[in-house]
Amino acid sequence: MEPVTTTSYIVLGIALFMLLNSAALAVYAERRVAAFIQNRWGPNRVGPYGLFQPIADVVKLLLKEDVTPARGFKTIHAIAPMIPVFTALMTVAVIPFGDGLYATDINSGVLYILAINSLGVYGITLGGWASNSKYSLLGGLRAAAQMISYELPMGLAVASCILFAGSLSFIDVVNSQEVWWNVIRNPIAAVIFIVTAFAEANRTPFDLPEAEHELVGGYHTEYSSMKFGMFFLAEYMHVVVGSMLITTFFFGGYHLPFAGLWLPEMGVTAKAILDVSVFVLKTVFFAFLFIWVRWTIPRFKYNQVMKLGWKRLLPISIFNFLGLAVIVYFWHHYIA
Amino acid sequence: MFENYLPIAILAGVAVVLAILLMTLSRVLGPYRPNKTKLDPYESGMDPVGDAANRYSISFYLVAIAFIVFDVEVVFVYPWAVSYLDFGPGTLVSMIIFILELYVGLIYLIKKGALDWDLKKGMFN
Repeated sequence: MEPVTTTSYIVLGIALFMLLNSAALAVYAERRVAAFIQNRWGPNRVGPYGLFQPIADVVKLLLKEDVTPARGFKTIHAIAPMIPVFTALMTVAVIPFGDGLYATDINSGVLYILAINSLGVYGITLGGWASNSKYSLLGGLRAAAQMISYELPMGLAVASCILFAGSLSFIDVVNSQEVWWNVIRNPIAAVIFIVTAFAEANRTPFDLPEAEHELVGGYHTEYSSMKFGMFFLAEYMHVVVGSMLITTFFFGGYHLPFAGLWLPEMGVTAKAILDVSVFVLKTVFFAFLFIWVRWTIPRFKYNQVMKLGWKRLLPISIFNFLGLAVIVYFWHHYIA
Repeated sequence: MFENYLPIAILAGVAVVLAILLMTLSRVLGPYRPNKTKLDPYESGMDPVGDAANRYSISFYLVAIAFIVFDVEVVFVYPWAVSYLDFGPGTLVSMIIFILELYVGLIYLIKKGALDWDLKKGMFN
């Protein structure tokens, strides 16, 4: 493990700032892409190309009345929206953005990410329960069942990446992909991870917790003002964080394809700029994929969501993991 | 070794402060004019009927219980995946047996219909 230096804190500060901004940008991007797909304009009045629309939205949310339902549990109702924001922000600490550009390198980074990610379910479930409204409760329950179900295939898909890295540190996970990205060595797990990332972020086609035609607003029916805004921002932060994790685990992090074979030696600054650009480009692509899918694929029924999670993805990920473990073992001991 | 966790602790502090700040801002800046109708739970414009803490499907509990079992399996897999190359074939075989045993459990759950959410097929429908 590399020690923490001043660079780490600078990277942490910039990453945090960029994540907060990227959530706002993702909201804007979603509305523009949705408009593009549906052949209309989208927000284009506030600022150039409507770029200041997210700022106007946040100001509007801040000036709205904060309603707490009289029959609800007031403390939990107030704490619940903080949890998804907290979990989304906490993930940037261990993600490497470039060679040597990360906030901290801990030898349990992957476990840390999984733990933090699975905390997110509390925010949504508690929010739904504390509102003491039928729609909210159903949305919260659905979210709980769905998010824990998809955590299992996600965990096994990540575990099959660990087989190649041989370490739980994100730095090693990324460096193990310098020549072969995990998506090439392990395509089934990559697909499973992308699908589960959609389900964990509660994005269409898995947005059952807030299916508006059956549950009004789902778990945030009773939320207004910035409390709703925090659920909303957290959803987009989870989109960005999910894209970062897809990039890091399966698409080589900051490495160009087969970079170990052809990329020449470079100065520190040039390498840093290249790494960060490559990482950001990949992240933007996957964030775009999240939005693209949302406006293309209709929502599943709940029994289909559960069937996909437990009867398809979980067995596939179990056998994918076991098969890879055997192949890597024999490769390591008898061929390489 | 523990100083590597210092940025995470700082980040946790910043995240909590940020979350509380956003919430306090909307409390301070927004109006506050409650009335009884506004504070009632939303039920599509009708007067709310009964309490929300009603009975709901047992399937949610079943999924949660099944999750615990398989989540423990996944947690066991991680330290094994990090270091199994350093050991002999026995480690590989024992993990395969362990996972397959749990897989038999998953098949049992599916055959019992515990994970069926379809209307007529499920265990309790």
